[in-house]
Formats: sequence, structure tokens, C-alpha cells
Amino acid sequence: MAKARTDKRPLSPHLQHYKLPLTAWLSISHRATGIANSAAIVLLVILIASASGTPEGYDTVAAIVGSWFGKLVLFGFTLTLYYHLCNGVRHLFWDVGYGFKLQTARTSGIVCLAVAGALSVITWLVAAAS
Amino acid sequence: MSHQRTPLKQVKGLGSAKEGTSHFWAQRLSAMALVPLILWLCFSIASLPGMDYVTLREWLSHPFTAVMMILLIVAGFFHARLGLQEVAIDYMGGHASRTIAFVAITFLAAIMAVTGVFSVMRIAFAG
Repeated sequence: MAKARTDKRPLSPHLQHYKLPLTAWLSISHRATGIANSAAIVLLVILIASASGTPEGYDTVAAIVGSWFGKLVLFGFTLTLYYHLCNGVRHLFWDVGYGFKLQTARTSGIVCLAVAGALSVITWLVAAAS
Repeated sequence: MSHQRTPLKQVKGLGSAKEGTSHFWAQRLSAMALVPLILWLCFSIASLPGMDYVTLREWLSHPFTAVMMILLIVAGFFHARLGLQEVAIDYMGGHASRTIAFVAITFLAAIMAVTGVFSVMRIAFAG
């Protein structure tokens, strides 16, 4: 009974073959950065909690955070925080009904990436200057 | 619309999750609060002359810093809990594993938030 299908029906996009558009990558990134930011706020609490204790305890935590690897992670967190913040504002505009046109959604996505990158660099420039 | 729905259900409009739009709204509300709070956090820490014990404590013991930090910790973990709950709903199939994830996420968020708020207060009130 089973007969091979010969008609050319459209298939739903298969993730291993379909090239995701930029907006799709940005959407996935919103969730991924959200998870990363949960780790960032946990790190913030660890830092504050250790500062509420003895100087020795704080210095141990601060040495890890202040190492080159710690700073790399912190720079990553500024990127994820700012990206999630910018893209979150983009979502808030969608929630009230603005920015749904394909070109608008693409442009606002690129703006989010640019602003997130710029804010991260500015933050670290401020840190280097002070 | 459908005649299967009772008038009461139409009025309450809570849908299949029995929560209505409360999750959606709570996430947006905390998102709006976090926009200024995160900008404040990043630029304040960047502006600190150093990250040593004394400098950090001195900064945290300012009333404005302490209040902003407590707001950020509360709004941050509230928002994180809602977001992680959504991730669990999307990727976890089983009812049991999903429930365990909800409990774990909620407890961890509460523990971390209270630890954070308590630590800020401990530094602030120590002067």
C-alpha cells in the first residue's frame, strides 16, 4: 500500500538544512543570554555575600574574579546583560504592537547588537579610566 | 466564539494554564524595572576606583547604593525565575521532571535573593 510521495509539497524548515535568518539567531540568543545572566546575578550575590564577611574570604573570591579568566567572564557578562537588555526593549516594543515588519525587525536586531557591543566597550573604558 | 466555554470562563479569561496573563505581565514589569537597574549596576561598578574589600563595602554602605542593589537583586531573581521557568516548560517533557525543575528554580532563586539582600543589609548597617 505504501507509495512513495511524488508530489512536490513544501516541507517545514529542517534545522540541519535550513539557514536560520538573523532574526532567528537573535531570538535564540535572547534565551541563551537570559540563562547566562542568571549565572551573572548569582556571581554578583556571591561577591556581595563574601564582602559582607571577612577580608580573607572576600580576597579569595576577588582573586578569582580579578584574574584574566575572571575578567574575560565579566566582559562576557557585560555583553550578555546589555544584549538581553536591548533585545528585551525590542520585545517590549513588539508587545505594544510596533516593529513587526520584516525589514524593521532585522534593522532593530542589528541596532540591538551594535548598542550592546558599544555599551560593553564604553563600560570597560569607564572601568579602565577610573 | 465557541459555545463550549461558559460565560464565567469568558469573563475570567484565564486560559488553559489557569494563570491568565500574570506570568507575561510579571516578566514585562520586572524587565522594565531592570533596564535602569542594570545600567546603574554596570556603570557604577565600572566607575569604582578599585574592587578591593574596603572600596566595595564603602560603596555598598551608601543608602542609595544599598537600596538600588536590593531592588536589583529582588527584580533580577524574580525575572530570572520567570525566564528559567519558561525554558523548563519548553525543553522538559515529563510532568515530574518539569515540577522538580520548577521547585529547584524557585528555591534557588529565593535562597540567592535572600542571601543577596541580607548581605547588602549586613554591609549597610555595619556602616
